[in-house]
Amino acid sequence: MSYILDQEQLDGIEEVLQKDLMDLGLKCVILIDMAGNIIANLDNGQVGHDVYSLAALAAGNFGAVCAMAAIIGEDDFALLFHKGKNENIHFSKVLDDFLLVTIFGNDVSLGYLRLKVDESISKISKIFETTKKV
Amino acid sequence: MAVINIRKKEVQVKIVYVGPGRGGKTTNLEYLFGAVRHRIQSDMVSIKTHGDRTLFFDFLPFDLGQIQGYMVKTQLYTVPGQVKYNATRKLVLKGVDGVVFVADSMEVMRDKNIASLENLKENLAFYDLDLYNKFPIVMQYNKRDLAEQGVPILTIETLEQDLNSKLKAPYFEASALSGHNVIATVKKAITMTVVSLQDHFT
Repeated sequence: MSYILDQEQLDGIEEVLQKDLMDLGLKCVILIDMAGNIIANLDNGQVGHDVYSLAALAAGNFGAVCAMAAIIGEDDFALLFHKGKNENIHFSKVLDDFLLVTIFGNDVSLGYLRLKVDESISKISKIFETTKKV
Repeated sequence: MAVINIRKKEVQVKIVYVGPGRGGKTTNLEYLFGAVRHRIQSDMVSIKTHGDRTLFFDFLPFDLGQIQGYMVKTQLYTVPGQVKYNATRKLVLKGVDGVVFVADSMEVMRDKNIASLENLKENLAFYDLDLYNKFPIVMQYNKRDLAEQGVPILTIETLEQDLNSKLKAPYFEASALSGHNVIATVKKAITMTVVSLQDHFT
């Protein structure tokens, strides 16, 4: 299964990520597929994370957690959250094949972030509905 | 599932090293990392056990430069070779665009090579990919250098008969530890994968 995202779709996705998420004060937002490929990534210009490795690990991590979910009788866990001392990572599934990864500091409220992530996901899902599958 | 980003003019290609446990998949990537580390920004990522066996995967991303105006980003993965880790192996194979099969030339590994290739076929079928229908794969017969140390190794004819009689994939005799044919293998795998993507999308 391969996808082609056109310019308009990518612009739309980046606009959602910027306005709904980055403008909250996040450090980095990455939209990836479950194979670990990056579809879009934005950062605040101050972090220089190795996003390609991060994407590969995030997809692997999500896959591992889904396998755990299957063992206890769940289809998957649609969101994951890792809390660090200064940095936190939140993962949320978008449709069946994509994952939204957000990295943020302690100045951003997790509850508000989750609300905004949900909003962004429904907007991004609409954009993906028109994606050409090849 | 290759990602072609028209906006960034970027193609992301996933190539996975597969083969029996302790066959040299990680060593291939380590050698490549040593060869390209001066021109890539990323580190090689390894999720391994304390005994240095690959537990989940190794990951090495690097840019290939431009092909027809598109920046090609290659992502090399290895899978754990041990039979018991099939769940993680299957997970890493998700979205694979091309495979390098690293066979262990030691005589004692003959059955494990065959079982590993069979397992690859099954795992690809899980993602609706047919190993025997134009799937980009390169065979690497690793550890050829062991013959010099008196270790009994399989002949190329035997390896070809066991693993490649139906596939007819290009093969390389290699030594991942010394680096012999490691780069040639990855170059061939990348070329075949990119050509297969071109065929797929045109």
